[in-house]
Amino acid sequence: MSTPLITIDVAQRRLRRLLLVGAAIATVWVLLPIYFLVVNAWSSQEAVNAFPKAFVPEMNHESLSFLLGFDGVLTSLVNSLIVAAITMVFSIGLGAPAGYALARYEFRGKGTFRLLILLTRAFPLPLLALPLTVLYIRLGVDDTLVGLALVHTMLALPFAVLITFSLFSGVPTELEEAAWVFGCTKVQAFRRVVLPIALPGLAASAIFAFVISWNEVFASSVLMIQNRTLTAFLLQNLDVSPMHMKFAGGALLVLPAATFMFLIRKHLFAMWGISNR
Amino acid sequence: MANIAIQNVTKSFGSYDALKGIGLAVADQEFLVLLGASGCGKSTLLRIIAGLETADIGEVHVGGERIDQLQAKDRRLAMVFQNYAVFPHLTVFENIAFGLRMQKRPQEIVSAKVNQVARMVHLEALLDRYSGQLSGGQRQQVAVGRALMTQPKVLMLDEPTAGVSPIVMDELFDRIIEVARTGISILMVEQNARQALEIADRGYVLVQGANRFTDTGAALLADPDVRKSFLGG
Repeated sequence: MSTPLITIDVAQRRLRRLLLVGAAIATVWVLLPIYFLVVNAWSSQEAVNAFPKAFVPEMNHESLSFLLGFDGVLTSLVNSLIVAAITMVFSIGLGAPAGYALARYEFRGKGTFRLLILLTRAFPLPLLALPLTVLYIRLGVDDTLVGLALVHTMLALPFAVLITFSLFSGVPTELEEAAWVFGCTKVQAFRRVVLPIALPGLAASAIFAFVISWNEVFASSVLMIQNRTLTAFLLQNLDVSPMHMKFAGGALLVLPAATFMFLIRKHLFAMWGISNR
Repeated sequence: MANIAIQNVTKSFGSYDALKGIGLAVADQEFLVLLGASGCGKSTLLRIIAGLETADIGEVHVGGERIDQLQAKDRRLAMVFQNYAVFPHLTVFENIAFGLRMQKRPQEIVSAKVNQVARMVHLEALLDRYSGQLSGGQRQQVAVGRALMTQPKVLMLDEPTAGVSPIVMDELFDRIIEVARTGISILMVEQNARQALEIADRGYVLVQGANRFTDTGAALLADPDVRKSFLGG
């Protein structure tokens, strides 16, 4: 009797070890480039160009402070933050109700709608650039942050709808019905029961929208002239810059997004009944 | 008075007739059990009374008042759902307090009432826990406690023992008997026909959306037709 039990135990331990190795490889795969980016961003020009590479940053702020002092960088950084925030609000504000409707109601054309919403991603942005620019100039929203946020919302919306759809599908209808029976209107039941349960997923969906906007470079380059976002600004200015400036620019792009994710991480890993870390 | 009167309730889902002109009466303080094979319309009837479904035709009266036009929240009924529907993001305390919180009662009253109900359903020691930290039986106790909080006219239970072990099932039935003794009207849908009939005052047996047998629990248990169809001889 005891032999097969031990075999299962060994197999489980092996599987666990394999999982750990896989997780370690995946972590290094993601973190190593970011690590080198950060090391080189905090190194002097000589250290960046030297070989072999240092593993410890010199904590030299020269490249970064030069870049931050460079005319227009701070403005474009703020522009990026504003556009990403508006995109986040728009795509969750529009996407979550659509996802909820898809999850809870039966209506004609539901399957087609789910397919069509993905089609907004089927048109490459370069193809849309000219008509979009003409339309934006006519409407007077070219070179405005809200105008750019609308384009980014279009890019993020399909994901917001589909993520929130599966999110709300995962909240049992019985919970909502229980809330109605115990005195909630439909809106109250959503606010007091569905929303808190769906919050971690909504936060993930919001981050996704933020990152899509933060990283988007094409529309920002085409539609904006005075009010460029950081990606468009850096693309324009760092293309011909020396290597240490490119690293500093890269760090400037990665760090705010990473900080933002760090700040709302507890909503991502929230487990009811276990303390949020 | 919290008697229930259901008149000629009919409900179809597309071409499928779930309920065909059901009439049913529960007296004040009576414990009635609804039996029948799965898919015979028992749960649909319960959902219509609770206001979670609308009947195509027919009327529902509770305590002499017609309620089938009211929203679920205004019916002042309580329900224990099949999978208990305990809110996973709230503690046991807040789950039980839910109905009173919606009525915006003062904190002292809510606390006092929750403690009283928690003693009744044996949950005093678990008020800080979340549903993920409870057993199936404890979750059912939370659902019963939450249902009793608002002093409802009628308590409805939808298959409260579905998917629990026989030992837990006996405990759950004991608890339901305790609740029934407090003088509340109870309408319970249940698969375990024999045990349900032993503890209920009366039983209704639905067959394909229509009412086939109605009698006291003991009489139904003794009826050869009922025994043959539902109790395995």
